Amino acid sequence: MLYREAGQFKTNYASDQAIFPILQDRMGIAAILLVAFVVVPYFGNDFLLQAIMIPFVIFSLATIGLNLLTGYTGLLSLGTGAFMGVGAYACYKLETLFPNVNIIVWIVAAGFASAAVGVLFGLPSLRIKGFYLAIATLAAQFFLQWCFVRIPWLFNYNTSGAIEVGTHTLFGIPITGPNASSTTRYLIALSIVVVMTWFASNLVHGRIGRMWMAVRDMDIAAELMGIRLLPTKLLAFAVSSFYCGVAGAMLVFLWYGGAEADVFSINQSFFILFMVIVGGLGSLLGSYLGAAFIFILPIFLRYVPPHLGMPILPATVEHIAFMITGGLIIFFLIVEPNGLARLWQIAKQKLRVWPFPY
Amino acid sequence: MLLYKIFIDPFVQMGAAPDLLVQTLWEGLVAGVLYALIALGFVLIFKASGVFNFAQGIMVVFGALTLVGIYEILVRWGISQENVAAFVALGLTIGVMFLLAFGVERIVLKPLVNQPDIILFMATFGLTYFLIGFGEYVFGGSSKIMIADQLYLPKGFIDLKILGGVVSLQKIDIAAAVIASVMVTGLALFFSKTRIGRALRAVADSHKAALSVGISLDQIWVIVWFASGLVALVTGIMWGARSEVSFALEVIALRALPVLILGGFTSIPGAIVGGLIIGVGEKLGDFYWGGLLGRGIESWLAYFIALVFLLFRPQGLFGEKIIERV
Repeated sequence: MLYREAGQFKTNYASDQAIFPILQDRMGIAAILLVAFVVVPYFGNDFLLQAIMIPFVIFSLATIGLNLLTGYTGLLSLGTGAFMGVGAYACYKLETLFPNVNIIVWIVAAGFASAAVGVLFGLPSLRIKGFYLAIATLAAQFFLQWCFVRIPWLFNYNTSGAIEVGTHTLFGIPITGPNASSTTRYLIALSIVVVMTWFASNLVHGRIGRMWMAVRDMDIAAELMGIRLLPTKLLAFAVSSFYCGVAGAMLVFLWYGGAEADVFSINQSFFILFMVIVGGLGSLLGSYLGAAFIFILPIFLRYVPPHLGMPILPATVEHIAFMITGGLIIFFLIVEPNGLARLWQIAKQKLRVWPFPY
Repeated sequence: MLLYKIFIDPFVQMGAAPDLLVQTLWEGLVAGVLYALIALGFVLIFKASGVFNFAQGIMVVFGALTLVGIYEILVRWGISQENVAAFVALGLTIGVMFLLAFGVERIVLKPLVNQPDIILFMATFGLTYFLIGFGEYVFGGSSKIMIADQLYLPKGFIDLKILGGVVSLQKIDIAAAVIASVMVTGLALFFSKTRIGRALRAVADSHKAALSVGISLDQIWVIVWFASGLVALVTGIMWGARSEVSFALEVIALRALPVLILGGFTSIPGAIVGGLIIGVGEKLGDFYWGGLLGRGIESWLAYFIALVFLLFRPQGLFGEKIIERV
């Protein structure tokens, strides 16, 4: 009833090509941004911000990064965790070497280090394809993780082997470290993620995104059409690793406040890949939905049954959470292999023609 | 100096102590056999259904855990003969693996027929999570001792005096090698001589053609998953007898992946040769060159060996040549 495009005339080409061609969509986005920027930090308590919202936006960014590579370019990568780690360690090194520069600059700059490493490990992608490539990227995962443990220069020769985040300020307000409130950290993370999502959206709707999708759909055909494969694939690796690197830096600096190499293990890579697939390959909205689903589901399973008065041991809850997560992943793949984003599209289409579906 | 350490010193060491070299080679071969077994499980499923079964590693753990878990339950019920209990447990575990294969085919694979590969790959991820949760829920998360003695697996050492030194071989390793070769021979015979084996190869060649000559895909998939479940169970017993049974074993599946790309996804001989190359390469590399880089390089060395091979043969050593058409 409300979601109707009737009466909205497109008078020029630009408005027809807009990402949100319908007024209600634009209002919806504005409302979501309003809620995210104003309502959540204002009304949310510390638990909501620290345990759910901050990691959710950070994982969304990492998911977008992997989605650019796997969903848009069709290159399966299992090295996401390591690329996030490169971002985190690069940010840590830059921060300790040049402590006077603002930390936000370094969080974004860390992405470039990650992008460089990503390009290096993306080189085999020209010759190796499909699952072979996925396993080749595991080489990056294990090698980089080994570096994080064995090269003491990376963590400044700490005896603990962990990186720790000091206090940094922006306009006099602490934004990292133990003194920063979760509201500030949430707002910083959210701002970075929103700006980078906007950038990614422009990227995938433009020439570069179309090149990526052509390579995904069939790389030989793309080559025949004049798309040079190596630069295109490497660019995908670079941009994807950039996003993952920034997400990794934010993970440590805005959420954990300190980390060891274990954080960037193979499980992290799989975790992000889950989010991409459950959310929907090749969809930015899907990245958010997938991150929300995969990240919030275990929390939900852990906190809700005890609150309902079900006397379950914590260990049992953990095991059952594992089982249900696995079961739900299979269930979702069977019901809608194209992910949550596709479900949303179907819902939108239904809404548009409701209540007369013919 | 560095060049000397990389190119000359390790070989000098090898020449100076040939018994150590033989020992290292032997350990590499044993590790290789186990890698090869895991890779074999992957290859069986990939050949027949095109599914990259990530859950193979967890099936190894699940098989071993089920065996020990059922054994403990049987003993608690008062079956005094330990050996009898062990073999009854083995039989029951094989039954469980069949049920698993059947369930996977019915619940996971059948509704996902004709989906892209990556979706099936993700589904096996879901299966992995489910099996981890289920295994821990039923049998507890703590690590267990494999019932090697009760299954009449040998233990202890054989010391060989050769090359002016002593090379000690663990009997369990010899048993593992023997059992693995028997199993591989059995599978090879099964594939080449029996009616079902022929059907399996037909399915591996082309699903559609196989369907059109009246081969039941459902049935074949259950058989294949059951076969790789059995391979997983044997691997689990062998690996469990060397250390202990816990979900930490899961990581060995990740160790076996380079074997897979080295040998090719579709080749059984490839899995075996690849396993041996990776096993030996890993142990030699870690023993003779590991000191240069700090220990622990075996976590990624295998991937680099495999990567180098891949750059020359993108389909693995024995894989079918990939032909692409527009």
